[in-house]
Amino acid sequence: MPDRLPQANWRRRLILTWLLAPALLWLLLLIVMPHVELAILALRRRVAPHVYAPSLLQFKTFFTEPLYWQVFVRTAIVSALATALTLLLAFPAAWVITKIARGRASALLFVVCLIPFWVSETVRSLGWLILLRESGVLPTLLVKLGITAVPVELLYHDATILVGLVYTSLLFMVVPLVSSLESLDNALIEAAYNLGAGGGAILRHIVIPHAAPGITAGCIIVFMLTLGNYLTPTLLGGKNSQWFTELIYTQFIVRFNWEQGAAFGFLLLGLSTAIVALGLRASGQRFVDVMRRT
Amino acid sequence: MIASLPRPVWLRTATALYVAAFLLFLFAPLVTVAVFAFNNAPYPAPPWHGFTLDWFLGNASAHRVGLFRDSELLGSIGTSVVVACWVTALSVIVGTANSFLMERWEFPGKQALSMLMLVPLVIPGVILGISILALCSRIAELADSLLDWDLDFLRPGLPLVVLGQFSYVATITTLMISARLKRFDRTLEEAALNLGASHPAVLRTITFPYLRPALIGSAAISFLMSFENFNTTLMLVGADAPLTVTMYGRMREGATPVLNAVSLFLMLASAGLALTLLRGGKRAS
Repeated sequence: MPDRLPQANWRRRLILTWLLAPALLWLLLLIVMPHVELAILALRRRVAPHVYAPSLLQFKTFFTEPLYWQVFVRTAIVSALATALTLLLAFPAAWVITKIARGRASALLFVVCLIPFWVSETVRSLGWLILLRESGVLPTLLVKLGITAVPVELLYHDATILVGLVYTSLLFMVVPLVSSLESLDNALIEAAYNLGAGGGAILRHIVIPHAAPGITAGCIIVFMLTLGNYLTPTLLGGKNSQWFTELIYTQFIVRFNWEQGAAFGFLLLGLSTAIVALGLRASGQRFVDVMRRT
Repeated sequence: MIASLPRPVWLRTATALYVAAFLLFLFAPLVTVAVFAFNNAPYPAPPWHGFTLDWFLGNASAHRVGLFRDSELLGSIGTSVVVACWVTALSVIVGTANSFLMERWEFPGKQALSMLMLVPLVIPGVILGISILALCSRIAELADSLLDWDLDFLRPGLPLVVLGQFSYVATITTLMISARLKRFDRTLEEAALNLGASHPAVLRTITFPYLRPALIGSAAISFLMSFENFNTTLMLVGADAPLTVTMYGRMREGATPVLNAVSLFLMLASAGLALTLLRGGKRAS
């Protein structure tokens, strides 16, 4: 096992084979080959029962059918919006945890921030359903406070989907932000302050450049997860959710049109990969480091 | 501004208000779910009709099926536990093998393999699900038409759910266990070998005890991720639905507070797991 010690060559080979086998089986059988199959599905069309021909029909359908590409664009935009909101909400929290609260208070606050994410997304969505639906807690409260005359339906709006997505994503933003802000030396901020810099200048010239890797890592992961989310948009958005993963589900499971579903899958995968690559290039980070950060 | 610099009163107040609002945002949904598990009304909605345990124990005269008598929910909890156990066992074993492979061995293509190991994290869960579904159906069809074999386990069902969840949980266990193995002081192993210990003995008495916290931690995370997984599971599920899928189905129909009861149970279980882990982590460090 330790490679520095002399050892019979065949034995090393044997051990290496045994260690490689699970990794290769896992990656080839569950990641690579399924995606090859998905590509085959996406790029063929049925010309007769059990007869298929290579075709770009599915991708053509995507671009010619307005509903499909509109849902795609909408999913991308809402995801980007959710990512930005998550960053805005998580940054002050990460700041308080790392720079303002001290010792036990800081540790406690951090743990408290993580707790909701130990709970299943289904449970969290149920919470939002009970809070926001017409007969729910918040509309009732609004009537009692005299803000609205009758209970208003707070579910099934785009804003509702955003709230749910931001809520679900917070953890994945707070953790990388905290770890990048933790390494920022307070002395730098103090020095800038003593030299007369204001809050805005300190934020722009010291804090954000230092936290950039954490910010990018958080944004990449949040965007990815939001794009691929299914539960939150469908439950909180109801029939109006128009989320792209929902189209994939419908094609695959409801309509049994696997070819179209596979093509949609690749489009989503392409968008997700493109954003990750873009984020990495913009921040000059390696993928491995981003993943380790979280 | 940081704690060591003067902060005006308005900034302190604003910070305090922000933290309060943030915490309210975080906990409002969870507290609501917990509270309405005890509401004496057929729907989880205000107003408050008084405290009851009907949604746990059931109440035949009011036609209320409590959590402990709801065989569908209890069955799906059981299903989830079985799936999670399989996923945990597979992920921790494969993750351990991967860590040794990546930290201790050099071989051609190692860089590419280590990149490939991270890929499952970037693939949306829905796509992991449909791609595995597509491949398995293809294999099942081929086996059926060429060999006349009926490979039932490749049809949507629990074996596929286990594979689907394992396909990305394995990445997480690999990262967690590798991180600890990387920090291991190899001279300890060499000392033991010089003193005459065999390789298996070194693994058993030195390396694995050192890795134990990472093994336990990654097992707990695997279990939790499997138990809570929805996206991948939904695509691969057959007749026996795990808990998240059952809950989703009922939530779309407009459910009784029995869902709040099962949610409360889930929250307590996760909190218990989190606390044990935090405690264990402290002891290990």
